[in-house]
Amino acid sequence: MRFWEKPFGKEKPKTICGEIHIINDRCKGCSFCIEYCPRDVLELSKDFNKKGYHPPIVAKPDMCTFCGLCEMICPDFAIFVTEKEE
Amino acid sequence: MANNTAQLQEKTHPMEDLLRMDRMPHIWCSGCGLGSAVTAFVEGLKKAGVSYDKTAIVSGIGCTGRVAGYVRLDSYHTTHGRAIPFATGLKLANRDLTVFVFSGDGDLFAIGGNHLIHAARRNVDINVICVNNFIYGMTGGQNAPTTPLGAYSSTAPFGNYEMPFNLVGIAAASGASYVARWTTMHARRLTDSIATAANKKGFCFIEIVSPCATVFARKNGGGTGLDLLKEFQTRSIIDHEADPTQIPLTMDNEIVCGEFVNEDSPTFWENVQAGIKSQLEKFSNWEEMQSNSRKIPHKTIRKYTSSRDS
Amino acid sequence: MFQKSRLHGEFFMQGDIACAEGALAAGCRFFGGYPITPASEIAERMAYRLPLLQGVFIQYEDEIASMAGILGASWAGVKSMTATSGPGISLMTENIGLGMMMEAPCVVVNVQRGGPSTGLPTSWAQSDMMQARWGSHGDYGSISLVPNSPQEFFDLTVTAFNFSEKYRLPVFIMADALVGHMTEKVVIPPVEELEIINRKYTNKKTEDYLPYDYGKDLIPDFAKAGDGYRYHTTGLTHDKRGYPDMTFECQNELVPRLVNKIKNHIDDISLTEEYDIEGADVIVISYGITSRTVLPAITMAKKKGIKVGYLRLKTVWPFPEEKIRKLSEKVAGFVVPEMNLGQISLEVERCAHNDSIVKLVPHPGGAIHKFEDVLHAIEEVAHGK
Repeated sequence: MRFWEKPFGKEKPKTICGEIHIINDRCKGCSFCIEYCPRDVLELSKDFNKKGYHPPIVAKPDMCTFCGLCEMICPDFAIFVTEKEE
Repeated sequence: MANNTAQLQEKTHPMEDLLRMDRMPHIWCSGCGLGSAVTAFVEGLKKAGVSYDKTAIVSGIGCTGRVAGYVRLDSYHTTHGRAIPFATGLKLANRDLTVFVFSGDGDLFAIGGNHLIHAARRNVDINVICVNNFIYGMTGGQNAPTTPLGAYSSTAPFGNYEMPFNLVGIAAASGASYVARWTTMHARRLTDSIATAANKKGFCFIEIVSPCATVFARKNGGGTGLDLLKEFQTRSIIDHEADPTQIPLTMDNEIVCGEFVNEDSPTFWENVQAGIKSQLEKFSNWEEMQSNSRKIPHKTIRKYTSSRDS
Repeated sequence: MFQKSRLHGEFFMQGDIACAEGALAAGCRFFGGYPITPASEIAERMAYRLPLLQGVFIQYEDEIASMAGILGASWAGVKSMTATSGPGISLMTENIGLGMMMEAPCVVVNVQRGGPSTGLPTSWAQSDMMQARWGSHGDYGSISLVPNSPQEFFDLTVTAFNFSEKYRLPVFIMADALVGHMTEKVVIPPVEELEIINRKYTNKKTEDYLPYDYGKDLIPDFAKAGDGYRYHTTGLTHDKRGYPDMTFECQNELVPRLVNKIKNHIDDISLTEEYDIEGADVIVISYGITSRTVLPAITMAKKKGIKVGYLRLKTVWPFPEEKIRKLSEKVAGFVVPEMNLGQISLEVERCAHNDSIVKLVPHPGGAIHKFEDVLHAIEEVAHGK
């Protein structure tokens, strides 16, 4: 909804941004995180990890909204998100 | 990317306190849903606010049986099918514990099926999480009691001709206090469900439908773990009002998910306490009770008298 | 008012009930069982007595669950017990192996009946002796105590709990239907006069604790569920942390320890009774109810001028190898009457290796030995046959 005026004089709400951390060598390349990221932040890397899988890379870091779905869906505990400190 | 890797050294995975990171990477295949199920379990525990020191997890044998070894709680990896009676003993002997059983469909419903229905019947205060991947994964893809009719497995080379179990139906019919079904794709709802179970009295049963990319998908043309997950997404519907006994899982019908049963009924221990209390009120002391074998049937013990010596 | 409902004094008591009272006196507060003749009376007594002592009684759906359940209760720090007979033990065997591997203290009572299979439900035998030792797969040390009277059923139940707590393993009490259903005088001492041993809890900090780290005695310290140690235990071959480690090195450290923790303490565990052993030509070795039914034969043999000694095993496993070996150098032979077709006599033969004759007096169970048979065997051995 757009207001002509800011209601109750509030500041524009701060958007929360997340920072994605990938533990490359734990990844088994299942692509769950890439598929289910609502903002398509992740992409499959062309590089291999130690075990020969392609881990994800953060392609659009600014798009991450710290929803944490990648962390929840990852079966290998190889990805997690922290809130970005401004 | 280099930036990310550098920061990794400083920040640790948020589940580090509840997972045995010294045992990672785990043994599960790429595309397996078990890791997601464990994540949901850990998140669910955090959400439930239970004391980790007072929480125990018991597993049986199989791929899911290895869960206990990766969760940093008092964890017991028992024999095949016997996780539930073990957990029953643990819980009854220390009623302060929150006890979870985390095991697979073969463990809980084939070899351990009897224990499950009896624990549900008694309404023992334990929480059973059953990861259903429709097949025996660890032994190489043999038929499970959940393998859908017509699905292929190592021991059903012409397609499965046995009727599968409907797990939620059995749990509900046996008297469980809480029955839910989710897939590993329903990460948040599953987490909530586990948190609910952790704080709920009585026998709680959660079925997690999980992809098995290595054997089930390979034998049945399901593609990768991701393809299975996408299939779950298209096939699953959420209906909390569904009758759990009427929603079997098949190869292509919809997967009905939801919380089907959520009742409050007295647990085994509450019934024991209430029963004993009502009986003991009849007597003022132990001697009186002992001499009254009509009200409480028992073999009376006679004092030894010396006349018997002769 | 009911907490002090412990019995003490002299009673006219059935063997099974004496066993249940022995367990309660030893501090058992969890019983998981399934009805089976001739052990049901133990469960019945426990169902009546445990709730009064704030304990837990649960009748499980089968013996498999009973055994798993008492292991669970044991990890909660509670002394636990189950009681059954041959067919039940056969079902429990897998989880007995788990108890051995996890090192969970508990007591398993086997009131033996005739086998194999359903066999003689209401009659007795001693044919599960080897099953008690070798029943579960794999190598492990085990302890079996054999009572020969209701009084001893009481006493050895207390001892069994002490051994299980001290050495951290499931301990067998190998009674038989005759002892279980026999009613005799039983003296129950006041609780404070009984020697009760409790398991050794760790005093380490949570971060330093390793569930399977052991000292010179080869027995790890215990930590119960809910104490904050958050350890892992498994039936898989495991390292000191309790984590599965399927390597030769780990197997080679763990399994010999499970055997040696019993073997190294055999002097403490081995309980025997000896009569007229010095200067004897023939020694009758028996255990359980047989040790009472052969007494007339021994008396008769003595009257005939044969020097007969009598060795009664209260602890059958671990087998008193050294004792038999030493005796075999001095005597002409051993007579082993037992209610099976040769189980413990094999052990005696092994230890006596050709130094002396070993004569088995077999019996299939369901009745007792004819004393003529035992006497005949004693005479044969005395005459060097």
